[in-house]
Amino acid sequence: MDLSPLWISLATSVTATAIAFVVGLAAAVWRERYTSSAMALVDGMFLLPLVLPPTVVGFLLLLLFGRNGPLGKLLLHFGATIVFSWPATVIAAAVVAFPLMYLTSRAALEQVQPELLQAARTLGASEWRVFREIALPLAWPGVLAGTILSFARALGEFGATLMIAGNIPGKTETIPIAIYFAVEADEMQRALTWCAVDVVISLALLSGLYYWTRAQGLGRAQRMAR
Amino acid sequence: MLSGWRGDMALDVQIEKKLPDFELNVSFSASEAPLSILGPSGAGKTMLLRCIAGLEQPGRGRVLLNGRVLFDSDQRIRVPARERRIGMVFQHYALFPHRTVAENIAFGLLDRSREEQAARLSSLITRTHLEGLSERYPEALSGGEQQRTALARALAIDPEALLLDEPLSSLDTHLRSQVEAQLQETFAAYRRPTLLVTHNIEEAYRLGEQLLVLSRGKVAAFGPKEEVFRRPPTREVGQLTGCKNFSRARMNADGTVEALDWNCRLRVEQTISKPAAFLGIRAHHIDFLESMPVGAPSENVLPCWLVRTSETPFRITLYLSFHQPAAETSAYDLQAEVFKEKWQRFRSLPYPWHARLSPDSLFLMPE
Repeated sequence: MDLSPLWISLATSVTATAIAFVVGLAAAVWRERYTSSAMALVDGMFLLPLVLPPTVVGFLLLLLFGRNGPLGKLLLHFGATIVFSWPATVIAAAVVAFPLMYLTSRAALEQVQPELLQAARTLGASEWRVFREIALPLAWPGVLAGTILSFARALGEFGATLMIAGNIPGKTETIPIAIYFAVEADEMQRALTWCAVDVVISLALLSGLYYWTRAQGLGRAQRMAR
Repeated sequence: MLSGWRGDMALDVQIEKKLPDFELNVSFSASEAPLSILGPSGAGKTMLLRCIAGLEQPGRGRVLLNGRVLFDSDQRIRVPARERRIGMVFQHYALFPHRTVAENIAFGLLDRSREEQAARLSSLITRTHLEGLSERYPEALSGGEQQRTALARALAIDPEALLLDEPLSSLDTHLRSQVEAQLQETFAAYRRPTLLVTHNIEEAYRLGEQLLVLSRGKVAAFGPKEEVFRRPPTREVGQLTGCKNFSRARMNADGTVEALDWNCRLRVEQTISKPAAFLGIRAHHIDFLESMPVGAPSENVLPCWLVRTSETPFRITLYLSFHQPAAETSAYDLQAEVFKEKWQRFRSLPYPWHARLSPDSLFLMPE
């Protein structure tokens, strides 16, 4: 059996999660500094990929990255085409994973007492150090949860990926897409196998992380009790 | 507001800032004598400290520390908090929960060499009596230990000024005197501008040498604490510094004062330039004659009747009415506070008792 959908799915999800992690966290930190009501619009835009049908997201990405789209034209200038290539699967997965990373880490950062950050500032810490040593460690459980959700969402991405990356076996064919086309071609055995693989990966990931966070919590409790 | 003549260690503050209910508008200077800032909750005390530390931006004004401009609205100077070198002890300490005591204290020492960091850390731990606790996390500390850690952490950066926001308010009563002594010790060694915000009158008096009374964002009184307590400049300051007894007043031609609410004529030692509108006396300054007076009534002695009492372990507060027995327990003219031993000596005397308002203890206020 051709295992390429597995490797493509994993590579896509890991890369997309890494992008969503950095961009989502940065957006959350940036957004936390402003309280004006005009930011409601920004919030809405950040959350759009979560509520729009994946086909709409895919179509918009196609407009953006297609041969006549603004970004597509720019990339063509450098001799690169994104549409129907592996990077397109990453872009689709990262865009749909971003709102989850943004929402969860913003909620986690908001939970950090502002006084702790202010205390760090009076002690001479730069903004980067305040974030790296105070805000991020204290918001970490929430940030981690956001990362897990992002990964899970990236792994399950189907609609937008199909629109912008298509189904090119060995190149853009991720597990969900492989399943869809297996069913369409009446290859039930193949579809079932990939379903099982998807379930196993997701379950292993979620339960593994659940035990890990539990162990972290226990370690912390023991430390406090000393 | 130039500080040249005052020597090097000085914090000059002049701040205006609009708050939801009123405007913060204060100006004062502090040198090495600790300054207590006393005021009721919501008077703008914490906001004042936060403006000085650079955590809030005043609308207008200047803040100078040892001649260094930290904030100047005219020159558009706004030094960020991390460059101000002002140590701040937050009301709830704001210790980093994921760092040990040692890591909390050493947070501000990053820019020093390893050896210097270690030496400074151990000296701070000794100075604040935190030996043996350096590997603990803040959750595993008592309130007093948390407070000392916050103090050590603020002192670690060798700050040019120290700000403390209600340093004792989160502590149990039995811990307070201990922590208070620790703070006094620290202030005595520190000798740089130290500002301490509190709503507790006794704390303000014990910990500060200078006293600033803040009321709805304005400086109601500022000076040596003994002065402010002995001769409050206004009725409001009198109330804020714990005085319970006031009467409207009018000056008589012969130099005595007519106490309009107490319906009597009193001699007052103090002279003030403006006409007096009020007269006050502190509850514990009221004396009682321990035997029936004979002959003509003597100066500043008033007949009084007991309305009700309220006891603390060693003292008793007597609510009294002048000239005639009170009709109801809420109607009293004067609150007096005496030791119970003293009370035992006159409580059995027949009414009226005789209260003496010493000319030296009475004070006059123009408003």
